[in-house]
Amino acid sequence: MKKLLILGAGTAGTMMANKLRKKFLREDWDITIVDQYKTHYYQPGFLFIPFGMYSAQDVIKPKSDFFPIGVNVIYSKIEKIIPDENHVLLADGVVLNYDYLIIATGTRTAPEETPGLKDKLWYKEIFDFYTIEGAVALSNFFKTWQGGELVVNIAELPYKCPVAPLEFVFFADAFFTERGMRDKVNITYVTPLPGAFTKPRATKMLGELLKSKNINIVPDFNVAEVDNDVKKIVDYAGNEVKFDCLVSIPTNMGDEMIERSGMGDDMNFVPTDKHTLQARDYKNIFVIGDAANLPTSKAGSVAHFASEILEENLMCAIEGRPYTASFDGHANCYIETGYGKGTLIDFNYDTEPLAGSFPFPGLGPFGLLKVTRTNHYGKLIFRWLYWHILLKGKEMPIDSEMQMAGKKL
Amino acid sequence: MATKSIAGVNVEVNEEGYMTDASQWTKEIATEIAKEEGIEITDKHFEVIDYIREKVASGEGLTIRGINKSGVVDAKTFYQLFPGAPLKKATKIAGVPKPVSCI
Ligand SMILES: Cc1cc2nc3c(=O)[nH]c(=O)nc-3n(C[C@H](O)[C@H](O)[C@H](O)COP(=O)(O)OP(=O)(O)OC[C@H]3O[C@@H](n4cnc5c(N)ncnc54)[C@H](O)[C@@H]3O)c2cc1C
Repeated sequence: MKKLLILGAGTAGTMMANKLRKKFLREDWDITIVDQYKTHYYQPGFLFIPFGMYSAQDVIKPKSDFFPIGVNVIYSKIEKIIPDENHVLLADGVVLNYDYLIIATGTRTAPEETPGLKDKLWYKEIFDFYTIEGAVALSNFFKTWQGGELVVNIAELPYKCPVAPLEFVFFADAFFTERGMRDKVNITYVTPLPGAFTKPRATKMLGELLKSKNINIVPDFNVAEVDNDVKKIVDYAGNEVKFDCLVSIPTNMGDEMIERSGMGDDMNFVPTDKHTLQARDYKNIFVIGDAANLPTSKAGSVAHFASEILEENLMCAIEGRPYTASFDGHANCYIETGYGKGTLIDFNYDTEPLAGSFPFPGLGPFGLLKVTRTNHYGKLIFRWLYWHILLKGKEMPIDSEMQMAGKKL
Repeated sequence: MATKSIAGVNVEVNEEGYMTDASQWTKEIATEIAKEEGIEITDKHFEVIDYIREKVASGEGLTIRGINKSGVVDAKTFYQLFPGAPLKKATKIAGVPKPVSCI
């Protein structure tokens, strides 16, 4: 009996367990998945919590709802991987061995990386919304907030779901307008990037959207520390931005387990071949989702597209054939822009987000780099698709490889 | 792609003035590019530049975090040495490509 071990039962790990249990014969392959938590969080839903659009109940389900029959599930913290011995050590001392290993341990927020961020104002006037705790604390704060300087700051690159902080400020604009207090809230978006986004056309479109909503942007800002007494953030060049409420996207890092295993880069992401998804240094280890150091977005949609490539290449590795699938870094992100509307970007390693229609050329129904009502419904439908189709590893009506048809160059 | 005469040598540069062939780089060229960027180059600058060239040659990415932990300079000093946009300026002077941020 051969052993496949999956570390992490979040978006990517759960998807792979479902796909591979269908693919591998039960009498040949034993599949085990390990996670520290019993609850699955629908992370894209965290964005809606501060504005009272979703409650905590709307974004959690038991992980056990999503595992297929015939997969061994272990709830335990992973201590470390010993790749040279094909062993994984769990926190309670159990040792698991494997023939093939899939790392899907994601990324976590690391507020402790920025001096003063997780200090006396943490969850009082300084929040994050990348954790359920932060999103709920912020929702409570907003209920009675009288207004002032609302500063949204991205601490460091890369961070998962790169559009989420933009969606946050768009939602904040609409939320405070609807409450009749937008004139009392000054919104400022402070980012280490030179503009609203990385690629030229999306940056221009999103930058103009910020401007039209009267949201200030402070680019090229690499935060060095948070001053809790004067309530300001300071960057390495000495620039300062004052806040009354700071919403931080803290540094995102791979899990400490990766560091303990000596397998990560300086942010604990695992060096991974960007096309084959094989770990750079180990031929029987593959990496999927936010845990990998791929030069594309860290997003559920990316993990979904990568899952098809990984399934195929894992079969190649097992059968001793050359790899036949190549990942193109495909990402597809709905962006909420407030007032029941949204936009959509679709891109990969080589092609920046372009205007056009998606997924059907000329027909849509979704508009790329356009603000429409349908795009907003796309995002809401995504939650249903996530629970019912995506996690269960079923086919989605979208190609894993990015398509150029229907796009304007 | 264009050719530009820097410190009396013809070097290949891109539209933004970044050298495209790191092997053409010399200390004299670095001093000249630094001047264009308004920087009077010192030994400390060269320590950082050497570190950057080594990193790039070994195929590794450049980040403020990496520089801060390099043991060569901390992030604050790095900003003082190359004011404004330190990674962009330092890579230009070091004759290596401008770092791309992908998110
Ligand atoms: C606010 C927000 C909005 C987002 N919006 C979108 C969106 O609109 N669209 C989109 O596509 N994506 C979005 N994302 C990103 C998306 O949620 C992630 O990219 C995706 O969940 C990554 O999947 P993953 O399996 O790699 O990691 P995760 O789903 O984070 O799973 C990692 C798992 O590994 C486990 N684990 C880690 N270390 C250990 C250990 N040592 N021991 C045991 N278990 C461990 C964790 O408990 C976790 O269950 C958003 C994220 C956030 C935070």
